[in-house]
Amino acid sequence: MSNLSTRRKPPRVGDAPLFRRSLIGIVLVLVAFVIVAPLVIIGVEAFSKGWQLYRDTVVHPDTLHAVMLTVLAALIAVPVNTVFGIAAAWAITKFDFWGKRFLLVVIEIPFSVSPIVAGVAYLFVYGLQGLFGPWLDAHDIKILFAVPGIIIASMFVTAPFVARELIPLMQAQGRDLEEASTSLGASGWRTFFAVTLPNVKWALLYGVILCNARVMGEFGAVSVVSGNIRGQTNTLPLHIELLYHDYNATGAFAAASILALIAVFTIIAKVALERQGAGRVRKQANPAEKTS
Amino acid sequence: MRRRNVLPGLPLSLGVTLFYVGLIVVLPLAALAFKAASLGFEDYWRIVSSSRSMASYRVTVLSALGATAFNLFFGLALAWVITRYRFPGRRIVDAVVDLPFALPTAVAGIALTALFANSGWFGSVLEGFGIKVAYTPLGIMIAMCFTSLPFIVRTVQPVLEDLDPALEEAAQSLGGSDWTIFRKVILPLLAPALLAGVSLSFARCLGEFGAIIFIAGNQPMSTEITALLIFIRLEEYDYQAAAAIASVLLLAAFFMLTVTNWLQARALRYTVKG
Repeated sequence: MSNLSTRRKPPRVGDAPLFRRSLIGIVLVLVAFVIVAPLVIIGVEAFSKGWQLYRDTVVHPDTLHAVMLTVLAALIAVPVNTVFGIAAAWAITKFDFWGKRFLLVVIEIPFSVSPIVAGVAYLFVYGLQGLFGPWLDAHDIKILFAVPGIIIASMFVTAPFVARELIPLMQAQGRDLEEASTSLGASGWRTFFAVTLPNVKWALLYGVILCNARVMGEFGAVSVVSGNIRGQTNTLPLHIELLYHDYNATGAFAAASILALIAVFTIIAKVALERQGAGRVRKQANPAEKTS
Repeated sequence: MRRRNVLPGLPLSLGVTLFYVGLIVVLPLAALAFKAASLGFEDYWRIVSSSRSMASYRVTVLSALGATAFNLFFGLALAWVITRYRFPGRRIVDAVVDLPFALPTAVAGIALTALFANSGWFGSVLEGFGIKVAYTPLGIMIAMCFTSLPFIVRTVQPVLEDLDPALEEAAQSLGGSDWTIFRKVILPLLAPALLAGVSLSFARCLGEFGAIIFIAGNQPMSTEITALLIFIRLEEYDYQAAAAIASVLLLAAFFMLTVTNWLQARALRYTVKG
């Protein structure tokens, strides 16, 4: 294609300088107003009463407890969803079975369901008025309005994250490499760790990071099942709401700044992983170049 | 030419998948549906068609429509600018598009409220024009706009990147103006992806909770969204009403999921021609 580049390319549609400049201008202004301004105001409000108050809020025992609980939820929900995502991707992309398309739709359901609806649904499983509630109560097992409830509600909301990244990529990569590996005598586990995993590692990490961000930020589902007990079942997003409704806006923004920072790091990690080719599988689904 | 599958691990991987999906996704939703169904038709209908419920559907759906319409234009313009133009800061713009997904909804909610309150950066300016955003339906719309913006950008962007320049060149050589080519050549090619993005965005708006409750006034009959009404019924220990109204949102979600899947299947049929 290099011999063509000497020819002057005709301007493409929308390349007229005036149109181009005004469209870029309008979009940049809207991005600044709609996306960047909310991020900036978090920092501004958090420090509006000085560094001291910011520090006091962040190191307050209630805030620290909320941070710990948020991290705990992520430490459990993210690995579980990762194992699920890998299992689902392996089953769906390496085998053909009846009902596969339906299973794909079911896995994606949590994306479409309102987090509040998810929270209510869990009440009717583990709550006193739910399926297992009376049994759990009789055996003195607390799930709702306690830490386990927070963790399983987070699992629901983020269930599809890892699977969604792995399935299109593993679909595009096909089965040839794994089939070659097992026909040469490698076990299934060895094939997975030595052949499949290296090929999907960036996509896997990408899904894990997005899953983690969502677990740490989940609000609706968690606020239904947590019971909002200060210093006990408050995750960081719930703690923000609590401070905000206590007329401690500065404190709420200080706590929010921790989550905003995590969001910024998530985006930086996402961009770095996209450079490695993660997250853009659907458009380069070209199995031909995989044959070597 | 179908080959015999030699790979191991189907029972384990499918078993784990079905067990997890069953326990985490299907069981709770089935329990909710069961609870709502156990109400009996008359009670169910009385709850879901009460004037307060109806008002909440109205404000939720109208705000979602407004937000999605705005995002249709803004999202398309944003995707267009990122893929077709080269300018300083383009990569940064491309990256920050995902901020609404990465930023927790509660954080977005208090940030937008601070911006649009009467004393806020935007609120004080808009106040001069007599426009109130915070604690009005407009505020609900803005919160929905923020949280659902990336859907349209990210579904249109790949299609825009893969657009064959030869199609435009052919249209240009036939003497079409830019606007005509956009309307008659480019837009029809983008349409399936745009529609899929719109339906994803609309579905997200219908279920959004965290970003909205801070900026909406949460007044029954005017600025109370359906998700909040469910939450309020729970706090009143009215579990039957919560189940009934939640089942309406769940049905809406399933409807949107069906629409989205259908649109995406159509979009794929048109783009994967090679």
